[in-house]
Parts: sequence; C-alpha cells; structure tokens
Amino acid sequence: MRIREPFKLVAIGAIGFWLAAFALLPNLLVVIASVLERGSDEFVAFAFTLDSYRRLLDPLYLGVLLDSLWLAAATTTLCLLLGYPFAYLLTRMPARWRPMLLLLVIIPFWTSSLVRTYAMVIILQTNGWLNQILLDLGLIAEPLELLYTEPAVIAGMLYALLPFMILPLYAALEKLDRRLIEAARDLGAGRVTIFRRIILPLTLPGIVAGCMLTFLPGLGMFYVADLLGGARTLLVGNLIRDQFLSARDWPFGAAASVMLTVLMGLLLWAYYLSSRRASRGALP
Amino acid sequence: MSPRDAARIAYLILIYGFLYLPILVLIVYSFNDSKYSLEWQGMTWTWYQNLFDDPDLLQVALNSALVATLSATVATMIGTMAAVALYRYAFFGKSLLQGLIFVLMMTPDIVMGIALLILFASLRLPLGFWTLLLAHITFNIPFVVVTVFSRISGFDRHLIEAAKDLGATEFQTVRCVILPLLVPAVGAGWLLSFTLSMDDVMVSFFVTGPTFEILPLKIYSMVRLGVTPEINALCTIMLGATLMLILIAQLLLREKS
Repeated sequence: MRIREPFKLVAIGAIGFWLAAFALLPNLLVVIASVLERGSDEFVAFAFTLDSYRRLLDPLYLGVLLDSLWLAAATTTLCLLLGYPFAYLLTRMPARWRPMLLLLVIIPFWTSSLVRTYAMVIILQTNGWLNQILLDLGLIAEPLELLYTEPAVIAGMLYALLPFMILPLYAALEKLDRRLIEAARDLGAGRVTIFRRIILPLTLPGIVAGCMLTFLPGLGMFYVADLLGGARTLLVGNLIRDQFLSARDWPFGAAASVMLTVLMGLLLWAYYLSSRRASRGALP
Repeated sequence: MSPRDAARIAYLILIYGFLYLPILVLIVYSFNDSKYSLEWQGMTWTWYQNLFDDPDLLQVALNSALVATLSATVATMIGTMAAVALYRYAFFGKSLLQGLIFVLMMTPDIVMGIALLILFASLRLPLGFWTLLLAHITFNIPFVVVTVFSRISGFDRHLIEAAKDLGATEFQTVRCVILPLLVPAVGAGWLLSFTLSMDDVMVSFFVTGPTFEILPLKIYSMVRLGVTPEINALCTIMLGATLMLILIAQLLLREKS
C-alpha cells in the first residue's frame, strides 16, 4: 500500500495546488479588490467601501448593464430557437452520417471566435458581401448600413456562440430514451404533449447548459461589440475592459466582474436543479 | 423523399450555410487579386507573400506557437494525472475538486482574465511571457481533465484488476495499463489545448504585456484598423491550422471507441 502513495500524492497535489493558486486565489482577490477604494499610485487603496457596487446602479452604468443583458438574452434566445430544432434533426439523421454532421458543428466550435467575428465583418460591411447580394437581387436600391448596429452585434454573437448551444442540446437529445416517446404515443399523447411533457423536461439540463454557454460569454465578448458594434460601450465586457485599461478603476471593474460571477453561480444552480429533476424523472 | 424530409434537410443546410458561409467568403477573398474590390479579379498569393515578408509577424506567430506548445504540454500532464486520480481514488475534497474544475470551465473568459491580472499585479509579476503561460495552462487544464476522464470512464475495470492480480504495483498499473490505453485521449487533450491557446483573445488580452505579442491580439489590433486582404490571408492560415488539429484530435478520439 505504501507504493501507491507517491502517484496519488503528486497527481492530487498538482491539480489541487494549481486550482488553489490560479482559480481560487485570483477570484478571492477580485472580491477583495471590489470592496476597496480606488488608489492613486497603486491600483487599489486599502480602505473598505461598497462604493463600486453602488456605482453599478448609477443610471449611466445601469444602462450599459441592461443593454448588455438584452443583447445576451436576445442572442441566447435566437441560439436556442435555431439550435434546438437543428440538434433534434441531427439526432434523427441516419447513424452513419451523424459523426460527420457532428464534426461539422465541432469545427466552428473550436475555431477562433475572433477570426469568425472578422468573417462577419467582411459579410456585413457597407461594401460587403451581403449588401452586394441584396443589390444584385434588386431588393435594395443602395447599400444598407449594416455594420456598427445592434443587430450586427447580435448576428456576430449568434455566429460565434451557436455551436456552444447546439453541442449540449445534441448531447441531451441523443441520450433521450426513444421508448418513452413511443410509450407516450401508444397512450394517445399528441405531438405537442409529447414535446411538452417528455422531450422538454428530459432535455432541460442540455437547454440550461447551452443557455449558460451562450449567455455568459454573450455578456463578456468585448471584441464582438468592438468590431461589429462600433465605438459605443455596449457590453459589460467592454465596461470591465475599460476599467482595467483606460479608466484605471480596478475596484469598479472587479465589482462588475463579481456581478458576472454571481450570475454564473445562479445559472450553475439552475443547471444543477434541472439535471437533478431530469435524472429523477428518467427510467431506472 | 417526403416533403417533410426535404424541409428537414433544407433546415440543416441553412444552419450549416450560416456557420460556414462567412468563413468561406473570408477564405475566397484571401486569394482575390484586388485590394478593395469585391469582384473576383483572379487568383493571387500576394497577400500570403506579404505576410511571410513581415519579420515582426513571424516573430509574433512563433511566440504564439511557443506558448501554445508549452501550455498544452503542462496542462496535459497536470490534467491527465488529475483525471486518473479522480477515476482511481477516493480522497478528501474530491467533489470539491470536481466542482472547481467544472466551474473553471464555465467561467467567462473575461472574469478569468481580470482575476489573473489582479493576481499577477498583487504578486508584482511583470506581464509578459510567464504570466501568459500560467494563464493559458490554467484555462487548458479543465478541458484536458474532461477529455481524458470521459475516456477513462469507458474503461474495462477488469484490465486493471487483472494487472493487480498478476502482481503489478500501483505505479506499474498506471504506467503499463492505464497510460497506454489513454494515449489517444491524452493526444486529443493536448491538441485541443493547443488550439484553445492559439486562438485565445480575451484572457491573453489582460495578462500579456507589450514585451510579448501573440497572434490573436495582433489580429485584433489589425482588424480594428480596418479590413485588409492580408488579414484575410492570416485568418485563413489560422483556420487551416486549427482545422487540421481538430481533425487529428477527432480521429484520435474515435479510434477504438
């Protein structure tokens, strides 16, 4: 029994140390920084204050916050509405096609979202591809100003995040026990009832996971807002970035980040509850 | 084919079109022999040639490759050991550890970026190569753990018991039975870490300094100045490299499963 100890010790020690030093400690420091005062020559001054949190409620910042929540919510909703039927259809495809079709979703999932955002800029710019097509089709008389608008930001985030919605949905839908649907049908349930009472509750963990993976990045992806939304501060991500880069107000940036973390905690909690419910409802 | 099937396939094609069309346009324009026009003016390698003639850009690309290689390697070592430990042992704080890994994976990049920035600032570490490396190892670890762990959980436990019965020590079991079976998953984890590291913008944005520039941040600052065919070419190269690594990773994961 002695011999097994070294590997166990090293393995657990390494991961434990890394997570403590580079995950727990930094987040603790963020919380501490968020309740300190802004420093003059150092980034923070060691005096307790809740001022940063109070300023998050300032109409100026509250506006950014609400805008950002709206953009992220719109993106998440669109991802879900487009992604759910897509993931469902994928699971209904012939088994020999599925790995290939799934790989085609995984490829954009792993490629750089910056590069993909840039591709969106090319499509949307005034002398860009979409305008050209609309002009050629005679649908518009002159090019539209597509870039630097809110819809452009939503389109960019949708484009960057759609695979993050599809993959968890696909995983949840694939696990779905077909016998439950057949049983419901035999018992006389209609399509709507089957979807509402069986498919939806059982895939709820996938839905929540997908929403988490699109909503949270949707609040933070400052480069999407920069490249597609123009110079305005649109997202919480831009707000946080500016506090650390130009405004040099670290406590305020830290407070905004704590807010995002709390939001993540709530979503994780929702995920936990939904997956517990789904597994309790499943067949043994 | 019934009308319903046709509608289903049309919908799939529509979404795939949305996912791939912008990328395709980007790639096509990187070969277009015209600086501003959208019209196809013939095929050219000029933009690629310009990239390779730029010594700064080459240095930046090498920086990125260096950080990606090192961070993927360290993250794979730590992550693989962690996955094996989570599978083999019961220990104090195990569910806390699993929870932390999950939360770390879900953490929005911007939150991780500023948390690490504050850590490095408190430690008075100058931002540059080392801080970037530490940050990249951190965000890579959970992905390695998940990739390797999902592979291990599909293992035949009898193999390990057989090794024990034949008198293997714990070390020998890990080295001669578990690790060889894990090679594909470890390889896939490494490749995925490498691509994550090559492509990361948000975390890197906060934790690197002017002394150490990397490719995604370079692209970001170039794009902010405007669209040029050179950026199309650079992005096409990035896409090509990522695509190749994903394909290899997928092949590794599919083999024998």
